[in-house]
Amino acid sequence: MGKPSRRQFLKIMGATGAALLAGKQAKANEGHKINNETIGMLYDATKCVGCKACMSACKRVNGDYGSLSYERAKFDTDGLWDAPEDLSGSTRTLIKLFKQSEQEWSYVKYSCMHCQKPSCVSVCPVAAMTRDPETGIVDYNKNTCIGCRYCQVACAFNIPKFQWDRALPQIVKCDLCKNTNLPKKGISACAEVCPAGAIMFGKRKDLLEEAEKRLRENPGKYINHIYGANELGGTNHIYLASMQFNKLGLPTLKDAAPAEFSEKIQHTIYKGFIAPVALYSTLCFIALKNMKKHGGEEGGHDTNTDKGGHH
Amino acid sequence: MGHDEYQVHEAKILTPSFIVLLTLTLIGFALIALRFIKGIGAVSNMSDGYPWGIWITYDVATGTAIACGGYAMAILIYIRNRMHYHPMIRSAILTSMFGYGLAGFSVMVDVGRPWNAYNFFVPSKWQVNSAMFEVAVCVMAYTTVLIMEFLPAILTTLEKTEWKTLQHMLDLIYGRLGMERPERIGDRLDKVKELAAWARPRLDKVLIFIIVLGITLPTMHQSSLGSLLLIASTKLHPLWHTGFLPLLFLINCMYIGYSIAILESVISCYAFKRPFETKELSGLARIIPFLTVIWLCVVIGDLAWRGQLGKALSFDFYSCFFLLEFCLIASGSLILFSKRRRESIRWLFSSAALIVLGGALYRFNVYLIGFNPGKGWHYFPSLAELMITVGIVAFEILGYQVLVKILPVLPKLHTRDQHTAAHPMGEKA
Repeated sequence: MGKPSRRQFLKIMGATGAALLAGKQAKANEGHKINNETIGMLYDATKCVGCKACMSACKRVNGDYGSLSYERAKFDTDGLWDAPEDLSGSTRTLIKLFKQSEQEWSYVKYSCMHCQKPSCVSVCPVAAMTRDPETGIVDYNKNTCIGCRYCQVACAFNIPKFQWDRALPQIVKCDLCKNTNLPKKGISACAEVCPAGAIMFGKRKDLLEEAEKRLRENPGKYINHIYGANELGGTNHIYLASMQFNKLGLPTLKDAAPAEFSEKIQHTIYKGFIAPVALYSTLCFIALKNMKKHGGEEGGHDTNTDKGGHH
Repeated sequence: MGHDEYQVHEAKILTPSFIVLLTLTLIGFALIALRFIKGIGAVSNMSDGYPWGIWITYDVATGTAIACGGYAMAILIYIRNRMHYHPMIRSAILTSMFGYGLAGFSVMVDVGRPWNAYNFFVPSKWQVNSAMFEVAVCVMAYTTVLIMEFLPAILTTLEKTEWKTLQHMLDLIYGRLGMERPERIGDRLDKVKELAAWARPRLDKVLIFIIVLGITLPTMHQSSLGSLLLIASTKLHPLWHTGFLPLLFLINCMYIGYSIAILESVISCYAFKRPFETKELSGLARIIPFLTVIWLCVVIGDLAWRGQLGKALSFDFYSCFFLLEFCLIASGSLILFSKRRRESIRWLFSSAALIVLGGALYRFNVYLIGFNPGKGWHYFPSLAELMITVGIVAFEILGYQVLVKILPVLPKLHTRDQHTAAHPMGEKA
């Protein structure tokens, strides 16, 4: 074999590239690769004082964006008191308190986890849910959304919320202040205002490094687990806490992303649209053959006399 | 298998059942209006934990399976080449058309932002990872196909009509207005007749390709209805969450399809006082156990493979529903294994009913009963929510009742009698 031709060269390069990629992917779970350059938040439950400044800031900054309004408690008609029970169509982040006993308790912050392989993005039929490949922000576009609520069915954290009480409803979830605080100040509003330093905002790799450092330096203080590091293929919102995460309302999850599983099956069935086309042509072939047997008619009009002759 | 196989069912349209169904339909539609004014929360018990309620579970997931009669019959007639079932296809297609059309309609009631639904036609918005995208596109296409498949019945009627009722009504209106009815109306009506006469043979020529498309599309989206729940691996109970969901949904819709064709035929023959189509139905019934046995084998095999058989027999809440679904389907199929029972209308009816119930329960189990989003979430449909579903179903039955009385849908009685004789194709010279 002499000098490799151009085609061979490309082939070799392609194969090498694929092998390299495959090798890299093999390390990550289920063939999907975690990108640690994306941004997210580290919430340290042991530092949180439960002041709810983050909730308040979130509502202030995002109140107008996406036609949200402040949620008002039912007893509070004057709007002096904002006391959401849970994440909802007007609350994107929430602080809750878990009390094991008078001595043992922990705050916990809920919001979108910004998954590395988000189920909501995978299932949205019209691409209203998107994940920015650069920042990793999982965002929602109300101008595309049809309101099917499949994202709610798909999300293992039950995060996307729907405005059930509105004639023109939308899905509501944290978008890391993508259009509000982030472009202005380079940080999400909740992280910006946290007085206790419980929310750290930054690149995922820095957050993980910091979390690992805190675990290393404070033995016994934390549960030895970074929640979100690997859950469902990794999330960009990660947690440290002194109590079991499932007690804080964070579900115990496997490392595999559900979207990997469902997409694999869906794509196997519809790969290159070969199966449906093959099915259609095979069925056409059989049906036409069968029609011919019955008098060579295609739609079957005025075949009665023909058939009389056949039999 | 020409158009002469069918006849209009000559009967009064305004019957007591018509009034009842109309009332239910109107209540349903009034509540739908309320939903659009005050939001989905005002009429339904759906929540952020249970974002899909009875509308998606019944109207869409189960309703389209029940509307698979047309699909199942088309496979039998055109693919398995049992042309002697051909007289049964129009009523099957009519019910499928209603089932699918109204499933599409209830989706528009269910989705929060229906005005954005045009995005399904914008290629840049297509999201091919989504099973729902596949379902939506296929269901829309299939509904169109069903309308085209049903078009011959409408065209033949248009061709033959003398427009007597319409002319009578027009005369009445113009009489009231004290005017003469203009000539051009008559001309226009003749134009419609000509157009129908022109279109029908041309449609007949390509109809088989549309029919085959009408077999391909349900194969695709019925399996995808199962794929929809693949993503909910943390919420759907392991008794039902399996990679085989698409396959199970596909087989499920087929045996429901044949069973519903039997039920429909028995009920409409009973209601319209026509002789029962026993011979055809017992033939149809022979196919069902083969499908259900495959389905049951996949279910058990899959549970055993995933090590969930213990859960199936634990007799907790989920296990009970699983066993109920399983027993309904198994007992229905068991009846149909006996040749003697297959030839009795009573047994045919009860076994088909058992299988439809079991098959529908399977879909309820996957979409609602086996679905658990976590602590603190509960769902049971509200009265208004149920009434909307009831209204939509009532509208379906109402439409069927009316259309068979104005269009040639039901098999012609004398050709049917010949079909029941040994000669499968019948001679109609």
